[in-house]
Amino acid sequence: MTMLRIDIEKQLGGFALRAAFESDARVIGLFGPSGSGKTTLVNMIAGLLNPDRGIVAIDDDRLDDSEAGICVPTHLRRIGYVFQDARLFPHLSVMQNLDYGRRMNRLARDAAEETRIVDLLDIGHLLARRTGKLSGGERQRIALGRALLSRPRLLLLDEPLGALDEARKAEILPYLVRLRDEAAVPMVYVSHDAEEMRQVATDVALFARGRIAAFGDAGILTQAGARQV
Amino acid sequence: MLSIRVSLVATLVATPIAVAMAWLLARRDFWGKSVLDAVVHLPLVLPPVVTGYLLLLTFGRRGAVGQWLAEFGIVFAFRWTGAALACGVMAFPLLVRPIRLSIEAVDQRLEQAAATLGAAPWRVFFSITLPLALPGVVAGMMLGFAKAIGEFGATITFVSNIPGETQTISAAIYTLTQTPEGDAAAMRLVVVSIIISTVALVASEVLARRAGRRLHGL
Repeated sequence: MTMLRIDIEKQLGGFALRAAFESDARVIGLFGPSGSGKTTLVNMIAGLLNPDRGIVAIDDDRLDDSEAGICVPTHLRRIGYVFQDARLFPHLSVMQNLDYGRRMNRLARDAAEETRIVDLLDIGHLLARRTGKLSGGERQRIALGRALLSRPRLLLLDEPLGALDEARKAEILPYLVRLRDEAAVPMVYVSHDAEEMRQVATDVALFARGRIAAFGDAGILTQAGARQV
Repeated sequence: MLSIRVSLVATLVATPIAVAMAWLLARRDFWGKSVLDAVVHLPLVLPPVVTGYLLLLTFGRRGAVGQWLAEFGIVFAFRWTGAALACGVMAFPLLVRPIRLSIEAVDQRLEQAAATLGAAPWRVFFSITLPLALPGVVAGMMLGFAKAIGEFGATITFVSNIPGETQTISAAIYTLTQTPEGDAAAMRLVVVSIIISTVALVASEVLARRAGRRLHGL
């Protein structure tokens, strides 16, 4: 099992984030209201943002270590990222979007893996399309496939359903659950939706104003959910 | 035709430099950036004759850079290459501007996404930023080319007006208007220059539109 270790501090204007946890869960959920620091933490794991102090490590590989002066640049981290807004490349076709990570990492073509992921996400009929006229749900599935095909050792999902309506959410959620059960890649899953979190996450960190208020299995959501409602 | 060769060479050589400069100005913060920005724009606001004279002083046979380059057999003074240099320098700010604007308009979140997929910064530039900024690059090249075709003051000051070597179409028209009986010949060149400019304009319009469609993922 992959072990993710976080122990960081970051000051952003008036907002201070401090987070520390260790987990080898298949899906680590980061749960909390907007502005509580979830996305900031995820950006730090991806290397898009650097912590002021602390450590980000996968197994024994330190990606950030302020004391040792380690800060691995984003493109060398091999951490996939699915953004809330998909961020497909508009000048490339769906197929070229999916293939982008493989090309950039100079990986050999793996037709079996491609087929597996395309089937898992049901996007085979979209491959030749351009990205302009896809629905939100289709875009998000392709973003997911694109991240997976770059063969990351960890996958970050920042509110991947956040921009979708209820019907679309219900369309994507089963794919995420399937992904958790079938793909061998561990995930960090950000959401402020308790129900969604309960379905996907195995470990959950509860965020509140830049701190982790609680950390445990999905059970802690019940108390938190009760508090919020 | 000499003018086309001079302008094409000037534009093609200046474009990669302009793209690099535009990227630097659009995406980087460094000490002296506003000074560099001003220097890039100088040829636009200086009298062309001044630019030409400065080129003569630096790249002329006795100029500091000119002398040094001459040792490698590269001579600009009173050669068509000098005309191209003058045109390139004059066109440079017109190239940089639209390219810079279009690079600034590229969504940096796409560049971040590319980095998370394993693309090193220079590969992000060539696979994402540059293709998305392409309409601006085409527009810049078009503007630069048009400027190079019409460039007169800096060229004539730097490399003079030698038929067959440095006499561009603008200089030729000017000479003909000074010659008795030159009107018919001048008129022919005027028509030619209108045709060249129109073709360049239409071509860039078509290219930019095609590129723009691609960018919206259609």
